[in-house]
Amino acid sequence: MTTTIKATTRSAANGDSRGDSAVQPPAPSGMPRHLLSAGDLNAETATLVLDTAERLEQAMSGREVRKLPTLRGRTVVNLFYEDSTRTRISFELAAKRLSADVINFSAKGSSVSKGESLKDTALTLQAMGADAVVCRHSASGAPQRLSAWVSGRVVNAGDGTHEHPTQALLDAFTLRRHLGELAGRKIVVVGDVLHSRVARSNVLLLSTLGAQVELVAPPTLLPVGVGSWPASVSYDLDASLSGADAVMMLRVQRERMSGAFFPTAREYTRSYGLDVRRRAMLPDHGVVMHPGPMNRGMEITPAVADGDGSVIVEQVANGVTVRMAVLYLLLSGEMETNA
Amino acid sequence: MSNGHGVSTLITGAAPYGEEAADVLITDGVIAAVGAAATAAAKRATDVEVIDADGLVLLPGLVDLHTHLREPGREDAETVETGSAAAALGGYTAVFAMPNTDPTADTAGVVEQVLRLGEDARLVDVRPIGAVTVGRKGERLAELAAMAGSAAQVRVFSDDGDCVSDPLLMRRALEYVKAFDGVIAQHAQEPRLTAGAQMHEGDVSATLGMTGWPAVAEEAIIARDCLLADHVGSRLHVCHLSTAGSVELIAAAKARGTRVTAEVTPHHLLLTDARAIGYDPVFKVNPPLRTDADVAALRKALADGTIDIVATDHAPHASEDKECEWDAASPGMLGLQTALSVVVATMVEPGLLDWRGVAAVMSERPAAIGGLAGHGRPIAVGEPANLVLVDPAARWTVRGAELASLSANTPFEGMELPAKVVGTFLRGRRTVAGGALVAGVNA
Amino acid sequence: MTPGNTPARREDSTAGAGPEVRAEILSEADIARTIDRIAHQILEKAGDEPVVLLGIPTRGVYLARRLADRIATFSGRPCPVGSLDTTLYRDDLRRRPPRALEETSIPAGGLDNLTCVLVDDVLYSGRTIRAALDALRDHGRPSAVQLAVLVDRGHRQLPIRADYVGKNIPTAADDDVAVRLTESDGRDAVELIRA
Repeated sequence: MTTTIKATTRSAANGDSRGDSAVQPPAPSGMPRHLLSAGDLNAETATLVLDTAERLEQAMSGREVRKLPTLRGRTVVNLFYEDSTRTRISFELAAKRLSADVINFSAKGSSVSKGESLKDTALTLQAMGADAVVCRHSASGAPQRLSAWVSGRVVNAGDGTHEHPTQALLDAFTLRRHLGELAGRKIVVVGDVLHSRVARSNVLLLSTLGAQVELVAPPTLLPVGVGSWPASVSYDLDASLSGADAVMMLRVQRERMSGAFFPTAREYTRSYGLDVRRRAMLPDHGVVMHPGPMNRGMEITPAVADGDGSVIVEQVANGVTVRMAVLYLLLSGEMETNA
Repeated sequence: MSNGHGVSTLITGAAPYGEEAADVLITDGVIAAVGAAATAAAKRATDVEVIDADGLVLLPGLVDLHTHLREPGREDAETVETGSAAAALGGYTAVFAMPNTDPTADTAGVVEQVLRLGEDARLVDVRPIGAVTVGRKGERLAELAAMAGSAAQVRVFSDDGDCVSDPLLMRRALEYVKAFDGVIAQHAQEPRLTAGAQMHEGDVSATLGMTGWPAVAEEAIIARDCLLADHVGSRLHVCHLSTAGSVELIAAAKARGTRVTAEVTPHHLLLTDARAIGYDPVFKVNPPLRTDADVAALRKALADGTIDIVATDHAPHASEDKECEWDAASPGMLGLQTALSVVVATMVEPGLLDWRGVAAVMSERPAAIGGLAGHGRPIAVGEPANLVLVDPAARWTVRGAELASLSANTPFEGMELPAKVVGTFLRGRRTVAGGALVAGVNA
Repeated sequence: MTPGNTPARREDSTAGAGPEVRAEILSEADIARTIDRIAHQILEKAGDEPVVLLGIPTRGVYLARRLADRIATFSGRPCPVGSLDTTLYRDDLRRRPPRALEETSIPAGGLDNLTCVLVDDVLYSGRTIRAALDALRDHGRPSAVQLAVLVDRGHRQLPIRADYVGKNIPTAADDDVAVRLTESDGRDAVELIRA
């Protein structure tokens, strides 16, 4: 089952063999040309990204000049069709710390049927010579579409309800810091899996790194077809927490209530919220994560979010480092492959 | 036959229904003789055009019960003329034009306009389908009798693209069209279960993070409509079946004696939801591409007659409606010029259907369901010469840009398909010869 | 093939077709003596000034540690040693496949106002040292920067020279100088490989 899902999740733009989309040569050393899905990374390349992030942090630590010249003269475009200040700032800081020129292209509201089309925007960025495009979009697959229209590298910064691969990388980086190697570790992911790009990317990446992922949610918030994912599924958070090395709480949007996914916020919190009682079920080394922004009191109580074992703030800091690693690796050797 | 009423055409060497080769003589748009009689009659005549069709298969001209010609309203995507050209090149002599135009074909005026555009194009007989409800909004019945009584003689009514989801309105529509032997062609899609739906709900949609279009949303409507049709004793036609469950429901209804017919599209016979993996909206269609198991069930049902016909759901879209994000793209695929080849690839080559079966599902039964006289007739003396010549041995590679449609959104781009339409005859007049439109044929 | 397009230190010496000639330039004992000599030279030049060694990964780090050990022994004072990865400062990143980064560790006391000796195994085009000088600038402001190398094989492309050289080896551009160290290769040797 795992191999099946692997085969279908590697982005078509990174070497799907059907020939439906423009297939471009992959970057060398197994790194994909674009980072569109966590499924684009195998254990080797995922580890390369995490190791590179470690080294980058080492190289930057304790120095006067928190900047590296590595991407001097390169242009990174942050193409954001959705508001996400935290993700945009994280990518912006990552690119700037590598001395890239950063252009923020906020196209909010022009995504669907009004304003410039995604393709025209892509051609514009292409004409401006963007070396990398970091794309956030409300439509699943939009970064993959974009990758067919630009020659630069495309990084998916969150697309619809599909994926958010750099979030998964920073989560894995954070987990590795606290737990060491992830092989055999049990990671529990709790909440709105159905609509969560964070969950999809984490399931792919963490399973690639050998971790055992368990998804916990009310059945209404799990996709039909979740059975084909390399993860186990549970409806019982209390039962899942025993023996878990980490618990990752997903943001639950209050508007889901109008879709009748669950009756009330109170009932959701009672069944799937992480409070002090449940936090105590984790072993001593257990880690509490949340990709942010949090609904305090909904999926997580403030005491847990700010308490022992919570690495939520650390996740944010690690985001910059991991995104530096991704940009460095995707933009290295670019002339060789484009030659 | 120098009787002064026009030229005769002798088709030599072709095999009607892919069976024994037999010459066919056409005079004044009618089949005048078949077999040895045709050969002999042609020898006596002075003005006979002879078409060497050795090795080709001769079928009755194809009839498509489900075509979107986009005119009036979206002439940038397709016109009645360009759609007619695509149809003729695909071996069709008649197409039924869906009413989701702008304005909607929900009045006698609009359906007569479409009829006239078809007559002007002179490539295929264009039969308008009327909308069931005003503006296809699903709120109140359109003037169905007026459309039936118009020059367009509408017999098929559909809100295609949208489902007549209100059960009471559907019941009334089914009952009302009995007065003029009409049929309601239902686009079966429960709207609440498919809010925001992008593709088949299953493993692939879960991975791609796209909102699912569950099979049950189609099946629930089909089950309901079969019960309604049964209850009021009306005829129901179900458009583009896409699931194995729908096949079971149709089979059960037919076994019970319900007057229901069903169609399947070529793309649902060949493609699956795995095509969505690249997020290329050329594979976005409604109902969506489904799974291998569904494809297998649809093929089997077409072979055993549970599904009555193949209809293209030819749905041209301008490039800007496809070269975009999947969510923003319009659903639909070109079909007219590839339908026969896909049916050969999926049904004939695997031995599920012979050429007589192809004639049944692509010509005879669609004409009968649509109440269309003069099409889907036997290849026999006295019948209108609506015919198509097919090279069964040819293979060709699909190129959207080379198709006659104004749009290029074929899901079969780059695929090599079997069987090629070589010639098409509309009442004896050649619309397609040598696989190309006859110059000036529609002048 | 010019040095700029070729890794200055090829780790796999079996590259290239045809019979190759391998000559040992420095033996294990030679290397030990050379390190002792360079340690003395560094101490002599530094006088009472404190010295910090920064090895350039991978083998430069091992050499730096050996040198630091000898300096501590000869002077009776500990000699801080760290490593400095230059990858992020290279000028050929766009032309080469992405590569894993190596360790960077600056000794706790920092570099400011110290004499900093960069240590590498082979000096070739000089581009690695240029990258190291750039990297160093971001980490602090040493009072002086010096360079120690085990082998100088010539073919400089930049105005860079070493302050301490274990051995000068005249080479052709397509020769390969293979430095083997026990820490990474299980033995100590320097070989010249002539294609």
